[in-house]
Amino acid sequence: MGLLDKQFDDGNIVLTSVEGVLNWARLCSLWQMSFGLACCAIEMMAASASHNDIMRFGVLPRPSPRQCDVMIVAGTVTLKMATRVKRLYEQMAEPRYVVSMGSCSNCGGPYWEHGYHVLKGVDRVVPVDVYVPGCPPRPEALLEGWMRLQEKVRDFSLVKKNNGTA
Amino acid sequence: MSETLEALQEDIAAGRLQTDELVLNMGPQHPSTHGVLRLELVLDGEAVVKVIPHLGYLHRCFEKHAEAMTYPQVIPYTDRMDYLAAMNNNHGYALAVERLMGIEVPERVEYIRIIMAELQRIASHLVAIGTFGMDIGAFTPFLYCFRDREYILDIFERTCGARLLYNYMWVGGLSHDVHDGFEKDVAEFIRKFRPTIKEVNDLLNYNKIFIERTANVGVLPPDVAISYGCSGPMLRGSGVDFDLRRDDPYSIYDRFDWEVCVGKGDAGTVGDCWDRHMVRVWEMEQSCNIIEQALESFPEGDITEAIPKRIRPPKGEIYTRVENPRGELGYYVISDGSQNPFRVKARGPSFVNLSVIDEISRGHLIADIVAILGSVDIVLGEVDR
Amino acid sequence: MEHKEIFDHLTALFPETGLEFDEDVPCIVVPPAAIRDVSLQVRDDEMLQFDFLMCLSGVDNADGTLGVVYHLHSVPLGHKLTLKVIVPADNPHLQSVERVWRTADWHEREAYDLVGMVFDGHRDLRRILNPYDWEGHPLRKDYEVPEFYNGMKVPY
Ligand code: SF4
Repeated sequence: MGLLDKQFDDGNIVLTSVEGVLNWARLCSLWQMSFGLACCAIEMMAASASHNDIMRFGVLPRPSPRQCDVMIVAGTVTLKMATRVKRLYEQMAEPRYVVSMGSCSNCGGPYWEHGYHVLKGVDRVVPVDVYVPGCPPRPEALLEGWMRLQEKVRDFSLVKKNNGTA
Repeated sequence: MSETLEALQEDIAAGRLQTDELVLNMGPQHPSTHGVLRLELVLDGEAVVKVIPHLGYLHRCFEKHAEAMTYPQVIPYTDRMDYLAAMNNNHGYALAVERLMGIEVPERVEYIRIIMAELQRIASHLVAIGTFGMDIGAFTPFLYCFRDREYILDIFERTCGARLLYNYMWVGGLSHDVHDGFEKDVAEFIRKFRPTIKEVNDLLNYNKIFIERTANVGVLPPDVAISYGCSGPMLRGSGVDFDLRRDDPYSIYDRFDWEVCVGKGDAGTVGDCWDRHMVRVWEMEQSCNIIEQALESFPEGDITEAIPKRIRPPKGEIYTRVENPRGELGYYVISDGSQNPFRVKARGPSFVNLSVIDEISRGHLIADIVAILGSVDIVLGEVDR
Repeated sequence: MEHKEIFDHLTALFPETGLEFDEDVPCIVVPPAAIRDVSLQVRDDEMLQFDFLMCLSGVDNADGTLGVVYHLHSVPLGHKLTLKVIVPADNPHLQSVERVWRTADWHEREAYDLVGMVFDGHRDLRRILNPYDWEGHPLRKDYEVPEFYNGMKVPY
């Protein structure tokens, strides 16, 4: 709340739009589904460990898809796993977001050519909001991706109909 | 309906009350299956009758890729098999191709490889220990372990530019020489790291709750371990004194003075989860010893001189194995004389170690399955390849 | 013991079976119908004691035959042995060694899944890595990647 810190001492009123408050609250507590697929998941773990501390963005890993806002698809999605990823996505409550982390889930990564059992991009089964490139992306790259997602949430309207975003 | 437990049991025994087994699905998205493993648990109440693992959720066709690539191009894919121990995977594959071609690598390369492999072993064990603690319900050790792992990754990054997957050990040499000040960095790391082992011991390993959760759980007798082909800390945890670095020496491990750690059953029975876990902790210390000795006699030299211009091994086949943090990593490489391997089969230690899970989980409670799985320390990338 | 000595020892025990010795690798080539007996022998023989199956690999030899390679190690005695079985690709049946070394269970399932040989006597021969409804055996040299699986496009 940097802007407002210690500026207004006695019970003031701040005027803003409903949307502004809602989005501000939402983007500061995007809960993530703790769900790793492959090598990228290790970098995702590193992002939540001491050095990078993704929790300062209000990220809380939750094991159940029902409690989550964001799914980070960290790693290679295989054909066997793809239906499960889809199922997990369907179980999340709306509004929901997907971050695709790493080349594998963006487009198949190093397995694009001969991987007979690799899905070439998770966007073939679920809609993706942010793509983070890299093999694996550094934890910093994931944080950047997270900030992009926050921007997206900031411009989103829960109140208005037909605002274009799914 | 009967009132007391005894009466209920009597009813069941007399066939007046029907009971049935319960099938519970665990994974592929489950926080403690360490990735995308699916276990089908057959339960009697809360006790486990049978565990049926379903693999393949991360089957990335390594062996198919190996056949379609040239020999050096396979190395990045070996990285991605056991992504927690990429250096060791590179090492095994490079050794296999070198033996096929009859290449001798320079002294300096051997030393750098050993140091890197042992650093990687420490990093990998740190992840295993941290996540095992987390499975049992202790979150803080995870942060300690990841903190120290980052120091190792920093060293790797300074040398070869990558944090996780390095493509560092090439056939006949290395992709880069080490950076200036490498020896100082490593020595500094070892000095900083030794106290961490004690910290982890105090925080986790001798914690009463931790011991209660892991001692006498998932006991793996030595003969079963051998029959199931278990290796690495799994096998040594059961008290079998066997380590490829000593018993089938490769590279220059025979020059150093270190000990093979085996489980002794200090907290419970030999071969329980606690033993397997402690073998990892002790091994980190031995790795420090090896690295220190290697640093003392670290030679100068050119690291690229043995890298062949064209890699075309003669017709033939070879099975090479190295000691990966999880156990015996084997590569069976067949060459038909062309520049692509004819067949590469990787024998992943986690794949084999995991197959014993049904045997050691029977009769335990569901909560113990989490402890057992954590102590096996699997990496799904290598189980499924 | 060296491969040659082991071979002589085994031919003395199995004179009828038709074991062959391959100098180049070196390895012992065993007929598909005898692999179970030979395995039991090398495991239980006092002089051999191969109690550790390091690796079991299926290979498509690209000449109409499939091969299964067994890499064995003896923990008490510290020596190694390679066994090979060659089966025709159109009738890829051989005996299972799953009850000899328990580790062969998953290795054989993998070989069945990826290369497609059938291990007679295996108690649970299912696919292991690919989905249970997958078609074909991907490590055959003539394998064609399917266009679609379950409605998902497979090629890039
Ligand atoms: S993008 Fe690279 S690091 Fe990430 S899962 Fe794929 S292969 Fe692994």
